[in-house]
Amino acid sequence: MHELSITEDILRIVSTHAQKAGAQHVTCINLVIGELTSFIDDSIQFYFEMLAPGTPAEGAILHFRRIKTRFRCRQCGQEFEPEGRNWVCPECGALGGDVIAGKEFYVESIEVT
Amino acid sequence: MSEQATPSRVPVVEKLLTANEQVAADNRDYFAARHVMVINIMASPGAGKTTLLLATIDALPDRRIGVIEGDVASQVDAEKIAETGTPVVQINTGGACHLDAPMIRRALPALPLDDLEMVFVENVGNLICPVSFDLGQSYNVGLLSLPEGDDKPYKYPAIFEAVDLVVVTKSDLLPYLDFDLEAFTELVHGLNPDAPVLCLSAKTGEGMHDWLHWLEECLA
Repeated sequence: MHELSITEDILRIVSTHAQKAGAQHVTCINLVIGELTSFIDDSIQFYFEMLAPGTPAEGAILHFRRIKTRFRCRQCGQEFEPEGRNWVCPECGALGGDVIAGKEFYVESIEVT
Repeated sequence: MSEQATPSRVPVVEKLLTANEQVAADNRDYFAARHVMVINIMASPGAGKTTLLLATIDALPDRRIGVIEGDVASQVDAEKIAETGTPVVQINTGGACHLDAPMIRRALPALPLDDLEMVFVENVGNLICPVSFDLGQSYNVGLLSLPEGDDKPYKYPAIFEAVDLVVVTKSDLLPYLDFDLEAFTELVHGLNPDAPVLCLSAKTGEGMHDWLHWLEECLA
């Protein structure tokens, strides 16, 4: 249920940027969400439909770009995507790595008229 | 038909959750000004968070400890802590699955912070959502009880990546379970090589020394 406050945050950011651009309507909101964050597309969509009416973002399409988790091997520097129970570097066989992607959570851009 | 303008793209690239992060930064300053160390404890429901806190309070009678309890509902945990004479404030999230920085800020006036050295925040029992919300803590500690299984880092990587210490609780159950502590530790370190992994039983006292030592090191 924390998606409610997230959606309020999205609307605040979107309204500010739409206003700055001198736009009347926001037609599309492009969001980037890493796999390691705990935010659910459907839930954001649900709250958006509840909160957007009456704002410049009313009727806008939410576009979610999900980012897969990526590790960088600490032994050999190879970058790879961990899958389920396989966290082993495909290059050298070391376990795990530094998380270099998967924690993203931002509004990338909006489309306005 | 009204004029149909071609949509134009406006780059934004603005992080979400910044409102929470700003309040968390304020909380962090507030704690630092009072020289209070804050430990955010995250774990599943039933992992033994309150039991570990009670054992810690009992083991450190000379330390000035305060507790913030986070639960969806009830005062159950706060009452247990209050019985020890420790200052405690209960936050009921009213359904929310995690604590956030504004909730902590609202709870602070209920604690005598000027008289405290460390505050434990017992987050809502949940391995997922609390990770995304900075509270202004000094350290994050993740608890995992033996019955939960040694494969949890695969399923909930974010929490094991975010913590400064992992405490495996209920070590007295080790003879009865197939928990591979070595494999678990290796997996945690695959994700987070800097986080020590301790194993203890707040019930028997086994391993408590390592936990208390870690706390004292952080306080020093």
